[in-house]
Amino acid sequence: MITTQASETVQDERTLQVYRVYIKRTPEKVWQAITDPEWNGRYGYGAPQFFDLRPGGSYRSTASEEMRKVSDEMGYGIPDVVVDGEVLEADPPRKLVQTFRMLMSPDAAADGFTQLTYEIFEVAPGVSRLTVTHDVTGAPSLAAVVAGAYEDQGGGGGGGWAWILSDLKSLLETGSVLAG
Amino acid sequence: MTCDLSVTYLARVTDDDRVFKALADPTRRFLLDLLFARDGRTLTELESTLEMTRYGVMKHLRVLEEADLVVSRRSGREKLHYLNPVPIRLIHDRWIDKYTERHVGALVDLKHELEEPL
Repeated sequence: MITTQASETVQDERTLQVYRVYIKRTPEKVWQAITDPEWNGRYGYGAPQFFDLRPGGSYRSTASEEMRKVSDEMGYGIPDVVVDGEVLEADPPRKLVQTFRMLMSPDAAADGFTQLTYEIFEVAPGVSRLTVTHDVTGAPSLAAVVAGAYEDQGGGGGGGWAWILSDLKSLLETGSVLAG
Repeated sequence: MTCDLSVTYLARVTDDDRVFKALADPTRRFLLDLLFARDGRTLTELESTLEMTRYGVMKHLRVLEEADLVVSRRSGREKLHYLNPVPIRLIHDRWIDKYTERHVGALVDLKHELEEPL
């Protein structure tokens, strides 16, 4: 009984979300799609992301045209930088660890910095396994967003990581993103 | 023979069969529901909610892991299980959306036809 209680406590302290997708492209290609703003603004939320790929380097994602348009239509402003953070570890094309703070809404911004890890493993020549681990401990608003809780509410809420990774797979394998 | 491994992997990553088979069992769907409610659980925790032997639960978890619906991570001496919703998302995006679009398209066609002046 004591062990169960102990693991419950650990669970409460740390909240991880784990996502995995196989992509029929080399790790180098997957790495590029994640870290190069020419690529990473073409899937998911469509907001380009800029990495300074060294420990302590900066990370930021800027609002896309689409995001600005939607938020203007809905009558609220969004900041120029929608996500910020810091690169903690960059080991191309295998591992990227960064902090991540969403600034889209005051609630999410109040959650503060979370930790995001990308791991790429080549399971066969030209086939990569991408695992995204998002440590959203103490960040309930962000945890809901990245789990896709607001997908059906429109306004660019999106389907979170599962949706982003499905879109990334589609872009890399077929050259186009998913409709809608 | 050298490309057997890559063929197997390719079959694995392109084939939705594993996901459908993994989902075609009430115990495994129940395990996914448990992990959806709260993931990062150990085998012992999952086992305590099921009237099944430890070995039985392990077998079901293995099927779910092979379908990538569950991803396990080591944390110290414990193996924690996480729900990975991506395979279901891929099926949704590849199949269900396609048919939804077709329904929408069919309705639009019907509307055009009905509204067309005689």
